[in-house]
Formats: sequence, C-alpha cells, structure tokens
Amino acid sequence: MSVVTDFERSAMESEDQRENWSGNASTSHVVEPGALDLSHNVILYLEDITVSFDGFRALNQLSLAIDAGELRCIIGPNGAGKTTMMDVITGKTRPDSGKAFFGQTIDLTRLTEPQIAHAGIGRKFQKPTIFEQHTAFENLELAMKADKRVRRTLFAQLFDDDRDRIAAVLTQIRLDREADRPAGLLSHGQKQWLEIGMLLMQEPKLLLLDEPVAGMTDDETERTAELFVSLAGKHSLVVVEHDMAFVEALGGKVTVLCEGSVLAEGDLAEVQEDPRVIEVYLGR
Amino acid sequence: MRTPLTLRILHSTPRAGWIALAVFAAITWIAVPVAHAVLAEAHPLHLSAYSVSLLGKILCYMVVAVAMDLIWGYAGILSLGHGLFFALGGYAFGMYLMRQIGRDGSYQSDLPDFMVFLDWKELPWYWAGSDSFLGTLLLVGAVPGLVAFAFGWFAFRSRIKGVYFSIITQALTYAAMLLFFRNETGFGGNNGFTDFKRILGYSITSPEMRATLFALSAALLMACLVLGRYLVTSRFGRVLAAIRDAESRVMFIGYNPLHYKLFMWTLSAVLCGLAGALYVPQVGIINPSEMSPANSIEIAVWVAVGGRGTLVGAVLGAGIVNLAKSWFTMSFPEYWPFFLGFLFIAVTLYLPDGVVGLWRRLRARPAAAPDAPPVPTVHRDARPVSAARSSAKDPAELPAVKGAEA
Repeated sequence: MSVVTDFERSAMESEDQRENWSGNASTSHVVEPGALDLSHNVILYLEDITVSFDGFRALNQLSLAIDAGELRCIIGPNGAGKTTMMDVITGKTRPDSGKAFFGQTIDLTRLTEPQIAHAGIGRKFQKPTIFEQHTAFENLELAMKADKRVRRTLFAQLFDDDRDRIAAVLTQIRLDREADRPAGLLSHGQKQWLEIGMLLMQEPKLLLLDEPVAGMTDDETERTAELFVSLAGKHSLVVVEHDMAFVEALGGKVTVLCEGSVLAEGDLAEVQEDPRVIEVYLGR
Repeated sequence: MRTPLTLRILHSTPRAGWIALAVFAAITWIAVPVAHAVLAEAHPLHLSAYSVSLLGKILCYMVVAVAMDLIWGYAGILSLGHGLFFALGGYAFGMYLMRQIGRDGSYQSDLPDFMVFLDWKELPWYWAGSDSFLGTLLLVGAVPGLVAFAFGWFAFRSRIKGVYFSIITQALTYAAMLLFFRNETGFGGNNGFTDFKRILGYSITSPEMRATLFALSAALLMACLVLGRYLVTSRFGRVLAAIRDAESRVMFIGYNPLHYKLFMWTLSAVLCGLAGALYVPQVGIINPSEMSPANSIEIAVWVAVGGRGTLVGAVLGAGIVNLAKSWFTMSFPEYWPFFLGFLFIAVTLYLPDGVVGLWRRLRARPAAAPDAPPVPTVHRDARPVSAARSSAKDPAELPAVKGAEA
C-alpha cells in the first residue's frame, strides 16, 4: 500500500524536475522512480517477451525497440499477438519471461496499470472505451493529466487553463460542437476520436493505439492519419492497424508480427515485398 | 482563483434543493418536535410517541438508503450486507445505552443484566470505555468503518465484482449475525440490548428526548444529502461513475479504482453506522436479527424502488417502502415478504429507474413535441453496429494481401 502511494507521489512530484532529469541522466544514471530516462533515445524496449495462455504462446520471444518520437505501425494476421503485446506494455498481462522497459529505467513488468499510465503510456483500445454516460467534455476532464489520488480528486477544481486545454483538444479531435453531449450518443468514429483525445489529455510520452480507425469513414481515416503524423516527434506512437491505406498515410516504419514474434521490419514497401510476409498472409 | 470548499458545497446543491431542505428542516426541527413535546396529548395536532419513533426510524432508514445509493447507484457496487454496518453502529451505541442503565436493571448490578445472567464477574475488555459518550460517538463511526475498510481492501484488491461481491457481502452479514447470536460473544446473544433508560443522564422515553433524537436523525439525513450531492457532482463522483461504466479505461488513464471504491465503500459504511446509532435509542432495541440477510436485501429494494443514481430517489424509496411496510405488517402481516418480492420484480421489469425515473418520464412527455429536441437516453449496453462489423473481416481485405497483390 505505502509503496504504491509513495511511487505515485514521487511520480507526481517529479513532474517538474522531469525535464532536468532526462537531460543529465545519461551522466548520472540515478534511478529516479517515475522519471523517464531517454538517454539512449529508446522509449520502449521489449526483449524476449514470452506470454502463454494455457499452453498457447501468444507472444514468443518478442523483441522490439521504439525510438523516442517515432511513429511505428504494427501489422500482422489475427492472433499474431498484437493486442497481447499492448497488454504487456500497459501492465494488464504479466509476461512469463523477458524484459519490458520504458526508457532506460522504468521496468514495466513491475508496475500496475495506473502507475504505467502515470509514467507516461497512454492506450487506446480496439473497441472504443469511453465513459458513455459522461459528456465528451467530462471524458476529457477525467483523462486530464492531474494528481489522480482520491484526496486530490475529491477537492479538484476546473480552472480556466484546464478548460482551455480541454477546449483545444476538443477542437483538435473535432468534437468542439459535441462537448456537452453524452459520449454514448456520439457516432462510432467520434467515439474513436474522443478516446484519442483522452489520450492526448494525459500528455503521454508514448501512445499505444489499437486499430484506431476501425469503423471510420475514409474521410475520418484521412484526418486521423493527419493528426497522428502531427503528433509524432512530440510523442512516440505505436499503431496497430489492418487498414493498409492508413498505414501508408502514416509513413513510418512497419513491424510485422506473426505467431508472437517479429517477422519483418522496415518501410511499408520493403515489408510488402518480403516473401515471408506474403506467405504468412496468402498462406492463410 | 481557488473557490473555498464551503462555497462549492453550497453551490453543489441547486437552489430548489436548498428550498426543499429548508422546508424539511422546518417540519422536522420545529413542527414535529412541537407537535409531540409541546402540544398536550388531547390536542388534535398532537403526535404520539409511536408516530414520532416510527418517523424517526424511517429517517434513519433514509440515511442508509442514501449511503447505499452512493455505493450502488454511483459506484455500481451492489452491497447486500449494508445491514451489518447499520447494526454495528447500533450495537456500538447500544453498549453505551446499556452502561447508562447503571444499577436500575433487574439485577441492580453494575454489569448489564445479560452478563449477570451469564454469571460474568466483570466487563469483557472490549467493553472498556463504553460508558464514555464521546468515545461511543467515535466508535459508532469507527467500528463499521474499519470493518468495511478491511473487507473492502481484500475484496476490491482481488478485483471481486458484480454478483460475486454481492454474495460475499451477504455471507459477511450472515456470519456476523451468527457470531452475535452467541451469548459468549458478549453482546447479549439473541436478545441483544434493550430496556434502555437514559442518554447523558436524561430519560430516553421523555417527549423532549424523542423529539431531540428525531431532529438529530433529520439533521443527519440532510447532512448526508448535502455531502452526497457534493460527492457526486465533484470530479470524484465522475471518476466513481466512470469506474462503474468502464473500469479498465479508468485504470489506463491513471486512476487507481481500488482507492476510489474503498473510500466510497468505507464512507458509506460509516454513514450507515451513524444511522444505526440514532435508530437504536428510538426503537429501544438492537439484536442480531438486524444483521439478517433479508434486512440488507430490503435496503437494496428501497433504493431500487426510489431510483438508483439519484439521491432523492433513495430517500423517497426508503420512505415509500417503509410506510407501506408499517401499514402492511399491521393489516396483513403474513403477506409482507411476498409483497416485497413482488415490488422488487415489478420495479426491475417496469421501472428500472424507480419512482424518480417514472416522474422524469411523465414530465418529459409533453416536452417531446415535434420541434423539441429528443430527450437523450443512454443505454449502457448498446453497442454501435460498426463496432460489431469491424471485428469481422474478409480475408481478402487483409492489408498485406492487398499489398502483395498490387
């Protein structure tokens, strides 16, 4: 109990010092819990991750490294382990073996889901998961980066700059006119965007997006691609997607997963010409 | 910049709410006490001791209903063991009442009668300090609070949810009932505590004391409503409702649901304990049957009938069901359990939002004119068609297939 709260407290308090820490961490390497150490320019590092469910290996010695500010697409046939990989990164599933690090110092296999969220990883689910009874505005308010312990939330107040931030994100996700509607009444594409907006409110360093454009119209898909490209650099993004046109529009490096491990990695064109990738997809 | 907390609490209850509370206060603090304690018994407006304690009892039940609604209606956690916390508060205050009897009991002993009867020579250690009024006030909240905290800590940490949680709470209150039935437990066995004489030296049966207890129950109810209203309109309340609707999302945006559930659960138990402490001197008895599972289920029925997720609904539900109960148990005592069961089924089937939901529907009807915007209703279980569609994919549509063919 006390370990959890201490961690959360230090995660909150170190917020202001975070920039400084990541700056000189390369020389000192002092372990500052909660502070993201990007000294080697790698934001996410998975090594030999294995996860089994009743004998079925969902992930099989998966190794993957994502650079800071990178926009990475993950593709692969159904059952390749894409969602399980996200579960491992966000603490929902514990790996049987292997390492998962956020930056140089944060061991993801030891943290709980809320701790990982505080450390700076935001996740969008495959099925839009938003608070349907709350308005779009309230959804963003709840997601907003803040001290999220009970005693702070009990007395939390919405200040003008908070409202401005929420308004800015509402505009960014094109929901400014739907701010006061219950989120359950939004269209499917709008729900997807609202969930992306909730991630943005958290100001995460790394965004994990599981099929973000599923169920969107072509127009919405295009605008989502624009949004993601504009986010890269400031944030690191890992996008799992089936929609090839969307992956192409994002233009980042592509990783192909198959049977729980990495099959190929590179530009989209390279990957598509890889005979193993073609076989995996056509062989099914 | 920062608005003082008192001001925010004032703002959280709307103007109509404050007016209703003022009217309620005028009735419960002035009209009823005067009608009972000042007017002569022959006066047509005189309220009998029976009526005042019945109404006072219902006020205590209303507090329990509000506490139940906070945890069930807002946090989505159905407790079928809230009667335990109510009874624990009652027992804690009952210990003080037993000590206040002094040597006026049947055996003229310093010990409570049941201990003399069991041939005990001294008070058990856990009765220490039970003669202190202030200490008792502390225990009344602390005992149910600690029990709830310990139970909630293990249950919520193990992520026990839904019907499993409800069943365990039911078992908890049943186990406690069996424990309190034992004479050796030291709380009067199946007879519990009764024959109370005094509070702070004043006679418990005097009209003034009855009126005071009644007014205090009303004050507690109003305090609970104002506090509850602040909680559910604060960001805390929105997190709580969010946990009810999509707990995994709450975790991934960085809230720890365990702490939120635990706080609300414990606070709810403390409120029940306070209500129990005011209930016992008004009805004059506390025994283990208060912990019977049926009592706890009844609490859930009150909230369901009134409309969960609205504080007013909880108060109305407790009032309606209990008034019906006191009429039924006088006229057709043997049919009350059947009626209660029927009520629960009927409300679940036809009035999912209870009396308050019915009222809202009736009021919304004239507003649904052609040019008026439709009243939004959110169905929690509704899934967009597109979500279902997107999960089923044609193999030919797979991205790499298209890419490879190109």
